[in-house]
Amino acid sequence: MIADVVPTTTWYLVLGAVLFGIGAVGVLVRRNPLVLFMCIELMLNAVNLTFVSLSDRLGDIGGQTAVFFVLVVAAAEVVVGLGIVISILRRRAGLTADDLTELRG
Amino acid sequence: MIAQPVSTFTGPEIDWYALSPLLVLVAAAVALLVAGALTPPWPKGGYAIVTVGAATASAVLAIIQWQNISDDGPSTLVAGAVSFDLSAMFFTITICVAVALVALLTDDFLRRQALDGPEFYALYLVAAAGGIVMASANDLIVLFLGVETLSLALYVLAAADRRRSKSQESGLKYFVLGSFSSAFLLYGIALVYGATGSTNITRVVVYLQESVPLERFDALLLTGVALMMVGLAFKIAAAPFHVWTPDVYEGAPSPVSAFMASAGKVAAFGALVRVLIVALPFYREDWQPVVWVLALVSLVVGSVLAVVQTNVKRLLAYSSINHVGFVLVGIESAAHRAGAVDSGPGVPSVGVYLLAYTVMVIGSFGVVAIASRSGDDATSLDSFRGFATRRPVLAVAFTVFLLAQAGVPFTSGFIAKFGVVQAAVEERSYAIALIAMLTSVVAAFLYLRIIVTMWMSEPDDASVELAGAGTSNSWTGTLSIGLAAGFTVAVGIVPGWLLDAADDLTQFAR
Repeated sequence: MIADVVPTTTWYLVLGAVLFGIGAVGVLVRRNPLVLFMCIELMLNAVNLTFVSLSDRLGDIGGQTAVFFVLVVAAAEVVVGLGIVISILRRRAGLTADDLTELRG
Repeated sequence: MIAQPVSTFTGPEIDWYALSPLLVLVAAAVALLVAGALTPPWPKGGYAIVTVGAATASAVLAIIQWQNISDDGPSTLVAGAVSFDLSAMFFTITICVAVALVALLTDDFLRRQALDGPEFYALYLVAAAGGIVMASANDLIVLFLGVETLSLALYVLAAADRRRSKSQESGLKYFVLGSFSSAFLLYGIALVYGATGSTNITRVVVYLQESVPLERFDALLLTGVALMMVGLAFKIAAAPFHVWTPDVYEGAPSPVSAFMASAGKVAAFGALVRVLIVALPFYREDWQPVVWVLALVSLVVGSVLAVVQTNVKRLLAYSSINHVGFVLVGIESAAHRAGAVDSGPGVPSVGVYLLAYTVMVIGSFGVVAIASRSGDDATSLDSFRGFATRRPVLAVAFTVFLLAQAGVPFTSGFIAKFGVVQAAVEERSYAIALIAMLTSVVAAFLYLRIIVTMWMSEPDDASVELAGAGTSNSWTGTLSIGLAAGFTVAVGIVPGWLLDAADDLTQFAR
């Protein structure tokens, strides 16, 4: 029964959309800067999954090439983000996003 | 072991000369970083002069390419990944102008803050290269790489004032919201890829040309377009995606705020034109109302919320949102004839507006950068009381920039606003043209408020005490503001050459 169900591309697209949604909600509700980064990474990797499944469906290599570019960008983004967090934590340890209130808005 | 057939990889043909404006900036950034790391600190202004030299060289190369394109027509480079047309060159020149003016301001600022080094300048150059890639991308993935190159450099720049916690707070806020919006843009690109089978804009257009008459409603594509517009609306800071702007502009070092408000927005608008006007003209009935609403909300939010601000940097941030509304009016009017051979007056009016806006916003933030004293925190409206008696020349320059932003005749701001509204009227978008003019009246109030504070209020005790203390008089900052003020007035009086140049921005390579 269950073994007869073959995953189709649509499954992966839905999974990608769900992961992207989890990441987006996470950015909006979580307060720890590191968790915020992880949520953004989750969003980018959800897009990677979408690229690969669409590439498979279209029979086109372009989508899989795009994933490599996205991976590099994601890595660079983490480097910059962690650099900023460390420079803040040097001043104030145990910081959460709620403590950043010097700029109102 | 089975012997594999040897396949030879042939890379795309690269026209290095056509890419030279971009390459000069990247090479200068690398050279600055390497040389700066290996040599003792350079004499006063050294890094800034190299940066200005690179930006000027790049702009001159772009002008030479402009002639070539005018003669030979637009084309694409690097196997169709980068477009080589007048629009790309115009945005290149605008971004180079921004780099040169901001680099001159930064020299003065970094010395005062004791932060001098090559890093700021290298990041400006890298960000400019990313911006140029955005504005000349002919492939959505290339566009995304440009967005990230620009944004990553800007995140670091926003947080670069190590001694001010506000700067770091703004850097983190900008980083989180910026990468959040980049993810939306990327998801949109993935969905458009799925719907059209390619990320190359040329192939997307060919696909849509064939498919649109058959199937008008493609949910995957429409979702992708919507997500891309969300991502780009964050980048141009159009309301209601503007919430990060006031905080980031207030917290970032003042010259960096100038750079983000000018080059960052120009590049994002270049990308928006590529995505909407060049890649998706066949879906304009779907995205045009969205642009209309974004323009309306930006115009209203930018002008109305600015009135209640008490910090000049936040005030300028809200006024930049109002300017975004004006540029979106230009894009809305360009939408009427998107995809036609002659795309009408919309895109030229956007180009003129962005160049004029770049110069006057850098001038405004430049005056604030010089006036903000050591610590970069004297930016409240009260600290500008009696500014005209303390620094009369700077006050005159600031008045020119503010009047230009308000759209007073004989300044570049008037020419810019007039062009956009005229384009909207020509395409019969009367409602949005009327709203734009009404909000510019509201916005004029906030500019006049700064001018009145400078010229007519008595300085309070604190600012008398601080008068002269910690402010600086360096020729680089003065030169930058002088050039910006000169340009603003010159274009206001003799606008013909700029309008003629911009009139050619109607043909795109694809």
